Amino acid sequence: MPATVAVTTLLQEKFPQVTPRASLDLEAVNVPPADVIAVLKALRDDHGFDMLVDLTAIDWAEGVSPRFTVVYHVFSTTHHGYIRVAANCANDELPAMPTAVGLWAGANWHEREAYDMFGIKFDGHPDLRRILMWDEYPHFPLRKEFPLAGIETPLPDPDVVAETGAKAIAAPMMGGPFVAATGEINLTEAEPRAKDESWSEVREKPKA
Amino acid sequence: MVTPNAELAYNSKIEGEVVVSRLDSVVNWVRTNSMWPMPMGLACCAIELMGTASARFDIARFGAEVMRFSPRQSDCMIVAGTVTYKMASAVRRIYDQMAEPKWVIAMGACASSGGMYRSYATLQGVDRIIPVDVYVSGCPPRPEALLDALMKLQGKVRRERSATQLFSA
Repeated sequence: MPATVAVTTLLQEKFPQVTPRASLDLEAVNVPPADVIAVLKALRDDHGFDMLVDLTAIDWAEGVSPRFTVVYHVFSTTHHGYIRVAANCANDELPAMPTAVGLWAGANWHEREAYDMFGIKFDGHPDLRRILMWDEYPHFPLRKEFPLAGIETPLPDPDVVAETGAKAIAAPMMGGPFVAATGEINLTEAEPRAKDESWSEVREKPKA
Repeated sequence: MVTPNAELAYNSKIEGEVVVSRLDSVVNWVRTNSMWPMPMGLACCAIELMGTASARFDIARFGAEVMRFSPRQSDCMIVAGTVTYKMASAVRRIYDQMAEPKWVIAMGACASSGGMYRSYATLQGVDRIIPVDVYVSGCPPRPEALLDALMKLQGKVRRERSATQLFSA
């Protein structure tokens, strides 16, 4: 039963600032960041969207404004439909968003991940620490300006570093980026690989 | 009353029961055939490590079936899987807690070189933090490959000057 068809209209009756969002699959809405918690609460309590499936973020690239968007996927276990709620962060330099932990406890770790990867601060979050990278890590790896190989960074444990001299390095890409050719039938050919493997971090790529 | 010692005289049977060998060989023989692994299972290679330990491949044939989850009781760390930077110091600490003599097998592409994870989060080879004795290729390696690595390591240990090291230390 496609029960979500009318949800945008129903939401707009209560929240006129909600606008439909271009989407190829699910019903989707744009919400101003100040109202996102109220809208999610209305979806949960009045429209049966009782399950937060995913909470993530988008970085639209440096120089774009608004730069960061937080995206919520909410599911209804009663009428089995999804809705996508997107909210742009007001500040492009120090992005922030009110926390959804008060609505769904499961938002806790999702928000920690979005903070870890994109640096979006979730106001009111009970325990906003990094969840994947170590606490002292200075970068936000899924931001557009962050290189895939990483940036050279010291490791957190001074005793281990003193013993081993190890540090987080920019990973050797060996001619990357790794790509899979689209439409390949031969799996050996379609396997993700570096475009040009004739050079490496030891032997520099010859100048063209 | 003291019981008279009947063994005081020459026992002709002893000569037949004595084996003369080099101390190195004896020590190495003991070490190679009871090499208890520390299963440092960090990713999918750990599944293959379990397969190696199970009945079909049976790592017990090489005396390495006693997977010790305490570093104090293990001799050989098998790093099976992707080592992230966040995990790296834990791996090093566990290695430090193992008693000498100790050896390391880097199992699979990730542990050996970072493998397919050319990324900001992955240690590019566990040999950046601990000394590795044997590298095993594969993603993941077949159990036979791990057994081969274990045999290679046993071969390496057999050639060690262990007695000299014991008494010079």
